[in-house]
Amino acid sequence: MEAIAFYLFSIITIGMFLIVVFSKNALYAMSALAGGMIVISGFFFLLDADFLGVVQIIVYTGAVMALYAFGMMFFDTTKDVKENIKETKIIYGLWIAAGILIIVMVSAPFISDKLMLDASISHYTVIGANNPQAVGIFLFTKYLVQFELAAVMLLVAMIAGIILVSKKMDVSLTTTIDQEVEKEEFHQKDAK
Amino acid sequence: MITLTHYLVLSAILFSIGLVGVIRRKNLLLLFFSTEIMLNAVNIGFAAISKFYGDLTGQMFSFFIIAVAASEVAVGLGLLVLWYKRNGTIDLESMQEMKG
Repeated sequence: MEAIAFYLFSIITIGMFLIVVFSKNALYAMSALAGGMIVISGFFFLLDADFLGVVQIIVYTGAVMALYAFGMMFFDTTKDVKENIKETKIIYGLWIAAGILIIVMVSAPFISDKLMLDASISHYTVIGANNPQAVGIFLFTKYLVQFELAAVMLLVAMIAGIILVSKKMDVSLTTTIDQEVEKEEFHQKDAK
Repeated sequence: MITLTHYLVLSAILFSIGLVGVIRRKNLLLLFFSTEIMLNAVNIGFAAISKFYGDLTGQMFSFFIIAVAASEVAVGLGLLVLWYKRNGTIDLESMQEMKG
C-alpha cells in the first residue's frame, strides 16, 4: 500500500515539476507547481510528518502560490513566455550530474548507516506523543530561538513586500480621500 | 517496502529538475518557481531522514526552510514587481548591464 502511494505520488510530482520547468506558458507552470506542492504533502503524510504535511498545504499552496498568483497579475501571463534558451544537452547533463552528486554526497552516510533505528533509542523524539504534539514540544523548547528568529524574519519580509510594491507610503490614504471629497464638494458649491 | 533510499532518490530527481529549471529559465518568475522545486525536494529528503532516524530535527529544519521560502517569495516578488514597473520586462537578460 505504501509502495503504491509512493510510486503514484512520485510519478505525479515528477510530471508536474517537469511541466513547471519546460512549459512555455507561465500560468500552466504556476498551476502545475501548485499541484505538485499538494502531492508533496502526500509524501509528508506517508512519512508520519502530519503537521509538516498540513503546513505544506497551507503555506505553499495557500500562501506562496496565492502570492505568485497575485504577483502574476502585474505581469502579462496570457502570452507565451519568450525566452532566449540555448539548448545545450551537455550543460544540462552536467548540471543533473552535479545535482545528483551533491545529494549522493550528503545522503551516502545516512544510507550506509543501515537505518532502521528504533525510535525509542533516539534522544530527539518525544515518546508517547503524536506528531503535532511532538513538533510543538520541540519547537517551543529546543528550537525556540530559531522559531522566534523565523517569526521576526517573516515580519521583516512582510514589511519589505508592502514597502516595495506600494507607492506613496508617506501619504495617508484615508485622509487624502477625505480631502479630495471635500475639495469636490467645494467645487460643486462654487459651480452653483 | 519503501526504504530511505527511495525517498532520497526521489529527492535527488526533484532537485535535479529544479536545478535544470534554474539553468534553463530566463524569465525571472519561472526562475523563482524552479527554486521552489529545489526547496521542496530538500524538504522531502529531510522528512524522510527524520522518519528513518526517529529524529524530529529533520522536520524542524523543513519548517524553517518553509519559513525562509515564504519570506523569500514576499521580498522577491516585491522586487520583481518594482523591476517590471521600471523596465517593462522580467527577463533575466534585461538585468545584464555589463558588456562582456
